[in-house]
Amino acid sequence: MNESKLSFEESLKRLDEIVRMLERGDAPLNESLKMFEEGTALIASCDKMLSEAEQKVVKLKKGADGAPIELPFEDAE
Amino acid sequence: MNEKTLTVSELNNIIKTLIDCEPILSNVCVRGELSNYKIYPSGHHYFTLKDSESSLRCVMFKSSASKLRFRPESGMGVTAFGRISVFPRDGAYQLYCTDLTPEGTGDLQIAYEQLKTKLAAEGLFDASHKKPLPEFPAKIAIITSSAGAAVHDMIRILGHRWPMTEVVLLPVRVQGVEAPPEIVGAIRYANRYKVADLIITGRGGGSIEDLWAFNDERVARAIYDSELPVISAVGHEPDVTISDYVADRRASTPSNAAEIAVPDINEIRAGLENLDIRKLQAMRKALNNSAGKLEEFRNRRVLQSPLAYVDAKRTELDYIRDKLIAAADRYNSANRNSFVRLAASLDAMSPLKVISRGYSIAADKNGELVRSISDVELNDKIRLMVKDGILKCRVVEREALNNE
Repeated sequence: MNESKLSFEESLKRLDEIVRMLERGDAPLNESLKMFEEGTALIASCDKMLSEAEQKVVKLKKGADGAPIELPFEDAE
Repeated sequence: MNEKTLTVSELNNIIKTLIDCEPILSNVCVRGELSNYKIYPSGHHYFTLKDSESSLRCVMFKSSASKLRFRPESGMGVTAFGRISVFPRDGAYQLYCTDLTPEGTGDLQIAYEQLKTKLAAEGLFDASHKKPLPEFPAKIAIITSSAGAAVHDMIRILGHRWPMTEVVLLPVRVQGVEAPPEIVGAIRYANRYKVADLIITGRGGGSIEDLWAFNDERVARAIYDSELPVISAVGHEPDVTISDYVADRRASTPSNAAEIAVPDINEIRAGLENLDIRKLQAMRKALNNSAGKLEEFRNRRVLQSPLAYVDAKRTELDYIRDKLIAAADRYNSANRNSFVRLAASLDAMSPLKVISRGYSIAADKNGELVRSISDVELNDKIRLMVKDGILKCRVVEREALNNE
């Protein structure tokens, strides 16, 4: 599984899964260590996503063919 | 007349069922004058609605009565909404009133109530139709006026709480005749081009006329038909529009809609930290468990002393030997017991015992036992053994028993 491709939501879901499995404590030690590492990477990537997130706001306009065109939203209208 | 005889309860229940199944009676809107208005300690309101010729018993339960925006009084002209059903205990039908509007509130209020009643009956407000909101929406479409404070409040709060969500504004007019078709168009457009995964539609506060677009039947149906989940956010807390009832979720204000739509980044961060801690603790526990198991193995006697196995086997052997000895002892003592019994019976049969009972034993000079008169001659000497000694005797006569 390539963690970097997961969305925030998927990462969180996987992380939750990992913690539950670790807490159940029935996985062999080397499996647990692998999950632990995966969890650490997921937390780091979630953290990164949160810190780097910048709100994007656009205004939609109907194009000539009907498809939406995104325009910047000017805050002072 | 061979009809079945019914109990009063059965009859009243049949009537109740008939009335409850009549669609016209399940959503009524009736105009009249309030009389005999009473509020019970339970919070339920009881009253009669009448006109010049007729009257109707009504009850309004606490849950509905608490939403009334005016104080009903006897003598007041009102329009009542609700359903007709039978109260079986009294065998009387009555109006189970869900809302009252005072006369003179204006046609808008009446139209609102009528539309609400109609759409409710059609199932547009059914909880079963409501879609869940995405937990982490990637894109939110805001359908409202691009002027006004509402849109800015929403964008600001969304940005603060969850900057990862992209905000797409579909500007529409939110009041006036043009508003409903524009709102409907934007909702349909957002669905057709899947411009977002959640829609917020609404506007800031205003008069009932200002909010009217969100009481429009076309808007209500567009919200109902939307495949994307819709949060309705109209006016202030007390304003409840038809859109609010149809939407998947009602927000009390536009700002509240932004809070409902996205998670709070701080809470999510705290949740992440919590997961991190739990992960660490679980791993530590797993390591401790493994170390514990290792220690346990290390402490096993087999590993501690290689002779432990031999010792164990020896102990086993000792045990078996003990058992064997015990078994042998039991066997011997059983045999000893039967020997004692045998000896006792032998003793009882001993000739000495017989003598002691008064019998005597005769023997000839050679020591042979005398069993018959023919064993001796006249004048033979014989020895007679009695209990305490021997008598030396001479045979003076031989006399046969005549029954021999």
